[in-house]
Amino acid sequence: MSEQHAGVSAATGVAGRVIDRGHLVRVEEAGLTGMIGLRGDLSSSQMAKAVRAVTGTDVPGVLRVEAGKKGRAVWMSPDELLLLVAPAEATAGLAAAEAALEGVHAMALDLSDARVVFRLKGGAVAEVLAKGAPVDLREQAFPVGTARRTHLGGIAVGLWRLGDEDWEVVCFRSLAHHLADWLEQASVSGSEVGHF
Amino acid sequence: MLILTCPCCGAECAETELAPGGEAHLKRFGPGSGDDEFTGYLFERKNPKGVHFERWRHAFGCGKWFHAARCTVTLEVFGTYTAQVSEPPQDILDAIRARRPGWEG
Repeated sequence: MSEQHAGVSAATGVAGRVIDRGHLVRVEEAGLTGMIGLRGDLSSSQMAKAVRAVTGTDVPGVLRVEAGKKGRAVWMSPDELLLLVAPAEATAGLAAAEAALEGVHAMALDLSDARVVFRLKGGAVAEVLAKGAPVDLREQAFPVGTARRTHLGGIAVGLWRLGDEDWEVVCFRSLAHHLADWLEQASVSGSEVGHF
Repeated sequence: MLILTCPCCGAECAETELAPGGEAHLKRFGPGSGDDEFTGYLFERKNPKGVHFERWRHAFGCGKWFHAARCTVTLEVFGTYTAQVSEPPQDILDAIRARRPGWEG
């Protein structure tokens, strides 16, 4: 973890922020997270090798997230993946991905500073997110392992469901303070809509 | 609200997740074309009351461009299809004719 990373994280004003008591869900800013962006042919064997080397998972299917021992792989678009790993693993992961993608038309970048990750836990996460995202978040439409990019509280986000009551939301770092404030307000106890 | 299914990622997108790209299947007239052709390419749009082919971009999602066929009166969506074609595919035309028997295109 470099000093540069720590400085950028602190600059958002949300580093380590926890929203818990008096709220429907627990929201925690996940802190420094290694994020590697991969672009290229997702069906290629080189891409599969790169994803496995970094996260230990297969290439996620369309609109899916794969969680492995070393990290998560998220489907972002037909030619783009986002890999999330421990911050100390970002540099080594990037090198491993670049090595696996040697010689093919593809790109691997360390995007750790680009976005902030929020971890949302609780049975009412879908209820809270549905207040601001135009996505069908019902269990049958958004089962565990689903990933989706959309907008939440007016800004671009990525959200995915890692477990029944375990979700992650990412947004660009410059907007993280707004999203944290939005999540805090949208999850205040007593503000249940009761739709789900 | 208009809801389009992005053919690139399969997500059902609310209109707010999309960026409109105007009329689809325009033929470009660039250098070497006449003034009338260039004016038509640049300014003249169909603006029909009924079936319309449009370009959209899944801006808040996968980021890809695609085409949509819909009705401007009822907001009925006949289908969405890849951006890599210069005219509507047959299955889209069939879907439109099934719903709008008198439609001439």
